[in-house]
Amino acid sequence: MTASDEPSDRPLLEVRNLRIEFPTRRGTLVAVDDISFAIAPGEVLGVVGESGAGKSLTGAAIIGLLEPPGRIGAGEILLEGERIDKLPYEELRKIRGKRIGTIFQDPLTSLNPLYTVGEQLIETIRTHLPLGETEARARAVNLLEEVGIPAADERIDHYPHQFSGGMRQRVVIALALCAEPRMVVADEPTTALDVSIQAQIISLIKRLCRENGTAVMLVTHDMGVIAETADRVAVMYAGRIAEIGPVTEVVKHAKHPYTHGLMGSIPAIGHDVDALTQIDGSMPRLNEIPTGCAFNPRCPKAFDRCRVERPSLMPAGRSSVACWLYEDEAKEAAHGG
Amino acid sequence: MAEATIAAEKPAEAGNGNDMLLEVDGLVRHFDVSPPFLNRVLERTGRRIVRAVEGVSFSIRRGETFSLVGESGCGKSTVARLVVGLYPPSAGTLQFEGVDISSPRARRENPTIQSRMQMIFQDPYASLNPRWRVADIVAEPIRVHRKGVSRTDVLARVGELLRQVGLSASDGEKFPHEFSGGQRQRISIARALAGEPEFLVCDEPTSALDVSVQAQILNLMKRLQKRLGLTYLFISHDLAVVYHVSTIVGVMYLGRLVEWGPTKELFGAPRHPYTRMLLDAIPDLEMSGRARIPVAGEVPSPIDPPPGCAFHPRCPLASDRCRQEVPKAVGSATAAVACHAVEEGRLPPWHGA
Ligand SMILES: Nc1ncnc2c1ncn2[C@@H]1O[C@H](COP(=O)(O)OP(=O)(O)OP(=O)(O)O)[C@@H](O)[C@H]1O
Ligand SMILES: Nc1ncnc2c1ncn2[C@@H]1O[C@H](COP(=O)(O)OP(=O)(O)O)[C@@H](O)[C@H]1O
Ligand code: SF4
Ligand code: SF4
Ligand SMILES: [Mg+2]
Ligand SMILES: [Mg+2]
Repeated sequence: MTASDEPSDRPLLEVRNLRIEFPTRRGTLVAVDDISFAIAPGEVLGVVGESGAGKSLTGAAIIGLLEPPGRIGAGEILLEGERIDKLPYEELRKIRGKRIGTIFQDPLTSLNPLYTVGEQLIETIRTHLPLGETEARARAVNLLEEVGIPAADERIDHYPHQFSGGMRQRVVIALALCAEPRMVVADEPTTALDVSIQAQIISLIKRLCRENGTAVMLVTHDMGVIAETADRVAVMYAGRIAEIGPVTEVVKHAKHPYTHGLMGSIPAIGHDVDALTQIDGSMPRLNEIPTGCAFNPRCPKAFDRCRVERPSLMPAGRSSVACWLYEDEAKEAAHGG
Repeated sequence: MAEATIAAEKPAEAGNGNDMLLEVDGLVRHFDVSPPFLNRVLERTGRRIVRAVEGVSFSIRRGETFSLVGESGCGKSTVARLVVGLYPPSAGTLQFEGVDISSPRARRENPTIQSRMQMIFQDPYASLNPRWRVADIVAEPIRVHRKGVSRTDVLARVGELLRQVGLSASDGEKFPHEFSGGQRQRISIARALAGEPEFLVCDEPTSALDVSVQAQILNLMKRLQKRLGLTYLFISHDLAVVYHVSTIVGVMYLGRLVEWGPTKELFGAPRHPYTRMLLDAIPDLEMSGRARIPVAGEVPSPIDPPPGCAFHPRCPLASDRCRQEVPKAVGSATAAVACHAVEEGRLPPWHGA
């Protein structure tokens, strides 16, 4: 499978106006509110934002693993042009694994402690691909070698607890990729790992997906990881996309005041400052999201309109930004043609 | 964020010839994790000893920040716990202002020293008692250290401490679960400051926080350090955070300090191959397209550390000598490196900052 099998203008994954909500006795909490984005084959979309921004819920909705009472309140999710947000559980289960692979922060959530790594790989391969036991095993050994497990033909018969944290995450990557999925959702895949292992895992995901034309949604709160891995970035704040665009644009020329603050708050080696840029306050809770722009109480540039009217994403340079400061630029671009 | 000035304003005391606040020499801590005796006999296995800290020496100058960095399990938290006396050392000495506090007995005999150091932990959730109001949590060290202070005085002081860390006095009425992670870490800091310590041991104080919240806490810690003349032992696995806060940085690998030096020198011209590897592994936010040297392997177990230089299985410069002989730290109290390649002059130049 290569990227060229796919007409490159058709996105592999499309999320349109997605809304995720939690019904409670005191009304409905909206955790993800009207977000839209697309990922092309072979593309890595990074999703960043503070904890609670809605990153994981978005990933969970795509792979059909929203935990009730959480539910998709509105919008659609399309995989290769086909809607997958309304599929019955069994159908979704088949898509998961075969067409969408998943990698989570804690490798142990994806691995069964009672089975050897080989048994789990072979089972997944045989569920999704028409291979016999021996062929499936050969493929599993190959995959383990590819993700950098030394002596793979021996390690394949070991149990998950016999591997270190970094090795386990490699096994999970092998498991996520073993049925040749078209898309991978990776939620904080390196957060639990040491920096030296983190670098190995990131470059591994990137290489394997590029080689196979797999689309990747990489959820992380680590901007450094995004800068090294992603082609495009979506910055989430309080359940909405604040800014989305090519990685160099977002990282080096952040437009949204929140992205700006976020970038300034990251300490960097060689960057000597007495105090880091500080965004005062904290992200609002779901039942306290302010009207208008969700960022307005913390925004140094907020003006009257921000407090009453919610900005939607508008084009700004090569990115799109949900901020009223860019309205004129967006209008000009629309008229100027 | 307005912070009330504090009653106990404390400029760094004039040096009495020796301005080292803490001196640590040859610190060792082993943990016996052997199976019970009978199992050892049946399974014909020996004792299993975790060599968490294996001979660590450093000094911290008053008013400065000394940081320990290194990967998970290298012994950073164990050093922190040894310093504040949560564990007794298996060997080695600790001196606070020249007074020996190595043994639990020495600590008991010097209760004032113990009250001058406080620890801040990584997890702001676990370290606050969920059933206590914030005011009582913050007041506890005051009640312990200054018995007989009136209730109104304690409350006034608590309000002041809360304002000092960027909360409001009325937050004292609430319970910890009503606060976000960053706010809880502020409460931990207020509690740590309540006993008017001079020395804070901070074990990954921002690792559980988002970067934006981390910036708030790091800014706060730096401001408090300046204002109160505090000395920090700071622990983190994040090199950029360490660069931002430290005066001197020590790099740990499997229970030993492999290199230390003034922050800018260490990051600008790292010498130990492990320090170089760590710096190379940091994702590049500048997007300079710098080619990274791929890192191989993982940290081995501290139960059976490799012989010689413990880093040799991952080191591109390892020689036969490295596999047999533990390298000694060569240098001064403020900058040193423990590596045979450095000593033998076969270390390649660093590819740049
Ligand atoms: N009470 C204990 N009993 C047995 N082993 C221990 C104990 N405390 C620590 N260790 C072991 O000692 C080693 C050093 O642990 P320590 O907690 O100091 O590491 P660390 O550098 O703080 O790591 P991290 O970055 O993960 O916090 C580890 O191998 C750990 O498992
Ligand atoms: N089961 C649930 N019930 C109520 N709220 C939830 C539930 N799961 C998640 N949330 C809320 O939804 C928001 C987004 O969560 P999540 O997607 O996990 O954030 P992120 O991954 O960006 O840290 C948060 O405010 C979180 O508290
Ligand atoms: S819309 Fe207004 S409040 Fe929101 S980010 Fe832009 S300027 Fe700030
Ligand atoms: S002593 Fe040898 S193995 Fe250890 S870091 Fe130096 S060169 Fe590498
Ligand atoms: Mg998450
Ligand atoms: Mg620790």
